[in-house]
Amino acid sequence: MKKPAVSLPLRPASLVVRDLTVRYGKLLALERISAEIRPGRITGILGPNGAGKSTLLKALLGLVPKEGGEVRYGGQVLRGEQVAYVPQRSAIDWSFPATVWDVVLMGQVRAAGWLRRIGPQGRERAAQALERVGMGAYRDRPIGRLSGGQQQRVFLARALAQEAEIYALDEPFAGIDQPSEAIVFQVLRELADAGHIVMVVHHDLGQALAHFDEVLLLNRVLIAQGSPQQVLQPQVLQRAYGRILPLDLAA
Amino acid sequence: MEGLWHTLADPLRFAFMQRALLVAVAIGILCAVVGSYLLVQSLALLGDALSHSLLPGLAIAYMLGLNLFVGAFVAGVLSALLIQWIRSATPLKPDAAMGIVFSAFFALGILLITLIQRRARIDLNHFLFGNLLGVSAADVLTVVGITVLVLGLVALFFKELTFYSFDPLGAKAAGLPTAELGWGLMALTSLTLVASMKAVGVLLVLAMLITPPATAYLLVPRLHQVMLLGSLFGVGASLLGMYASYYLNVASGPAIVLVASAWFGLAFLGKVLFRPG
Repeated sequence: MKKPAVSLPLRPASLVVRDLTVRYGKLLALERISAEIRPGRITGILGPNGAGKSTLLKALLGLVPKEGGEVRYGGQVLRGEQVAYVPQRSAIDWSFPATVWDVVLMGQVRAAGWLRRIGPQGRERAAQALERVGMGAYRDRPIGRLSGGQQQRVFLARALAQEAEIYALDEPFAGIDQPSEAIVFQVLRELADAGHIVMVVHHDLGQALAHFDEVLLLNRVLIAQGSPQQVLQPQVLQRAYGRILPLDLAA
Repeated sequence: MEGLWHTLADPLRFAFMQRALLVAVAIGILCAVVGSYLLVQSLALLGDALSHSLLPGLAIAYMLGLNLFVGAFVAGVLSALLIQWIRSATPLKPDAAMGIVFSAFFALGILLITLIQRRARIDLNHFLFGNLLGVSAADVLTVVGITVLVLGLVALFFKELTFYSFDPLGAKAAGLPTAELGWGLMALTSLTLVASMKAVGVLLVLAMLITPPATAYLLVPRLHQVMLLGSLFGVGASLLGMYASYYLNVASGPAIVLVASAWFGLAFLGKVLFRPG
């Protein structure tokens, strides 16, 4: 029952969202979002603070309860082993007693299965994932003694070790150094090229133009979906941000 | 050297000291392992709340002639459920929910035991501060049984429990049943508290859950190392506390906790004074 070492070619399925509504108590966080997130491209989820970007990502993955609507992946309900989720760095307690290696191995917990140790194959995959983000030399370093960018790369390695079909990252570029940012973008590009769905919650509109293939612009409702060039227009942005943004798109 | 040997070995001629020894070793390990999970999830207060909540279960089980351990465990689980219910149904913060529930349970426990004391000779202090030297053979069996069960479960589900403790959202996204893991951890905590109450008492058992792992946390960087080294500190504390209780005729709970606190004090001072750089 072991999976083959080389992952099979992905069947190109989209993540289809219909009428997704999420409510936190009395607050309507997302209202009737409908969108199709296609494989083979990096999709940015953009919008102002409090627009529900992170909530949308969590709702897509079933991490917060939906009040209405549905999410389908290739016509089916999404399963845990299909998804690798990278939470916001600020949501993690970095003083947790764990080394880089401990965290990356968590990516193989689900694949190993209940009551089983993570075998040599799983360890090999975790080691490869760590190399891929350029953190192989930091294996035994406690996670509390990493820079923000290194922490982000370790979490990306954990996601890679999960060998999922869908990669969902919440603010992976917040407060990280330039080399780390370049590595993360490069890995995301490789994942998209390999036919994965890659979704990234992001706050920097200027970067979006350069790095994302597709953009969802959000402010509780879906304002626009399309290529960055289509969506990041002053009149569209004004509907999301409620004002004209002094956005230097040439940057 | 021979004097030390006699000091340590001579009391073990007595059956009650042999029983105490077994319980001391068991809870030293058990509390440190389960407490490590509470420590890393910032759930120390929950451990405190659950331990205080055991008391009414003890009293009611005593009144009805039932097994005290079972009564205490049921009360612990009930209080956890109640805390969770208040948290999810109101905007109250967790610490408020815990404070309300555990003080109510504790007050009820004290009241019931005071009522019992009018009819029967039962020493409230033993439940509050522990009486390691007074454990029965049946107690030993229960404590060792719980210890084997809980440690076995932690070993079997270590990778899932650790993933969940570190990153509940990531674990949920990966398809782990995080709600069940959370409740499982609460059940293991309740079992641990129940096993420890006769030795350390419900007022001080929190120290055995938190202090030994916290001491280890200052010294080693990985969770399983925190558990192993914490167990060593826990066993050391409960054994020394046991001898203090024997020679000085003091309640075992405070004696054990003071030794554990001394370990922490040493590790803390070492860390502060010899910080590299």
